[in-house]
Amino acid sequence: MTALMTPPDQAAAPAVSSEPFEPLILGFTCNWCSYRAADLAGTARTKYPYNVRLIRLMCSGRMEPEFILEGFAKGADAVIMTGCWPEDCHYRIQSVKALRRFLFLRRTLADLGIEPTRLQRFYASAAEGQRFADEIARIVDEVRELGPIPSEIRVALGHEAAASTPAAEAVEVEA
Amino acid sequence: MTAEAATATTAATAATMTPTRYKLAMYWASACGGCDVAVLNLGMKLIEFTERWEPVFWPAAMDGKRSQVRAMEDGEIDVCLFDGGIRTDEDAEMAHLLRAKSKVLVAFGSCASEGCIPGLANQRSIEAIYAAAYDPELNDNPEGIHPGGHWTSPWGELELPRLETRLRTLGQVVKVDYSVPGCPPETERIAEVLTTVTAALDGLVPLPPPGSVLGAGTSTVCDECKRERGIKHITEFRRIQTLAEVDPTLCLLEQGLLCCGPAARDGCGAKCPAAGAPCIGCYGATDGVRDFGARLLSAYASVVEASEPEDIERVLAGLPDTVGQFYRFSLAASLLHGGR
Repeated sequence: MTALMTPPDQAAAPAVSSEPFEPLILGFTCNWCSYRAADLAGTARTKYPYNVRLIRLMCSGRMEPEFILEGFAKGADAVIMTGCWPEDCHYRIQSVKALRRFLFLRRTLADLGIEPTRLQRFYASAAEGQRFADEIARIVDEVRELGPIPSEIRVALGHEAAASTPAAEAVEVEA
Repeated sequence: MTAEAATATTAATAATMTPTRYKLAMYWASACGGCDVAVLNLGMKLIEFTERWEPVFWPAAMDGKRSQVRAMEDGEIDVCLFDGGIRTDEDAEMAHLLRAKSKVLVAFGSCASEGCIPGLANQRSIEAIYAAAYDPELNDNPEGIHPGGHWTSPWGELELPRLETRLRTLGQVVKVDYSVPGCPPETERIAEVLTTVTAALDGLVPLPPPGSVLGAGTSTVCDECKRERGIKHITEFRRIQTLAEVDPTLCLLEQGLLCCGPAARDGCGAKCPAAGAPCIGCYGATDGVRDFGARLLSAYASVVEASEPEDIERVLAGLPDTVGQFYRFSLAASLLHGGR
């Protein structure tokens, strides 16, 4: 996760750039299906955008909503949850639990001002390397079009300096 | 001065016969005053504590001026109980001032520890807060008084403190040695904390490790709750007023009530569920939790009896205010700092 962090001294610098916006996306995979699908996409030389950083979990049911929030807090523009098709889950109903957590979290994030597009999910079996690559490409396109996380959230997280408002001026005490 | 240094100096004085009378400060920043009332609720015990503690600054209970605190030596106050979040420039100034003057600074109560109810305003821009709370056309505010403004009061000319863009917890502004959770902390737990800290300053017991949560447990309210728990199959979330009757012995979450027990820190004695009211999570996140709301959300999602997206959405519709439910007390301290 450290690769996602913006060093504090750079965080305050204005993010003005002529480069087109390239999203940084965190992807969680499960050991038995979607990670194998990503592996298959790799060995088959299937191309997909480099924007996604994959993290392997044993199961999508291991996916703590905390992990996703931490991803956003450390600068991810979107997070993808992937896993086995529900009937294939190696841990019985955990893929369904992951679905429930996903839907609960997507609603909560929306209420916190983070668009539903920024939290996505799909299933991929170990044989679906092509599907894995296609889904990643679709999500990267959607997030690229959406742009970076809203500025006020980036400010709250310290990834961007606040626009100067009189109220925001720090007050130091003369002891 | 650090907490460790405080032990060293006071251990020396403990050798003398007269017990040291330690200096205590209590301050309210953006708070409701409930934490101060919880301390005053100590009643006769408070009188006993004054044998060992000299209150040197406590605006809620006695007269005192900021200039008196400014005139103190650095580290002169032994323990400062700081309640309230940091919402205004005055709160921030007092946080820095009391940090400098106190050996041990305690984030006291939910506001100072994790933002509490005032932290929910972090969902809105400062402009929206001004409009909702101070707009003369929307509020009973004919003089247009607002934070940061000038006010000609009957007692003289006043410059009012300015609102900062977000409410911050005390720990997000200055270094905090300990925190005491609760909205407000339970009075008997406050007595325990003061007793422990007195013994530690006397050098009889070691000071708790820096960063510790005092006056609370390390598990969850569910562990303290006496209600019967079975395997939960929740098909809908319900509000307590829609139930004809609350089962007096069954777990409230199993009855579809939105209880925060699975995520909230224990230490309160699980009084709310014992009285038939769901836990609202005022003791905050328990040990090892970075984000209270995420853990509570995870717990709820795990016990919902629905597997198709549309069924899950239907259950979710019983949660009209997700942020208010999951982050009622902890939004300012959450991983996303309350978003907007």
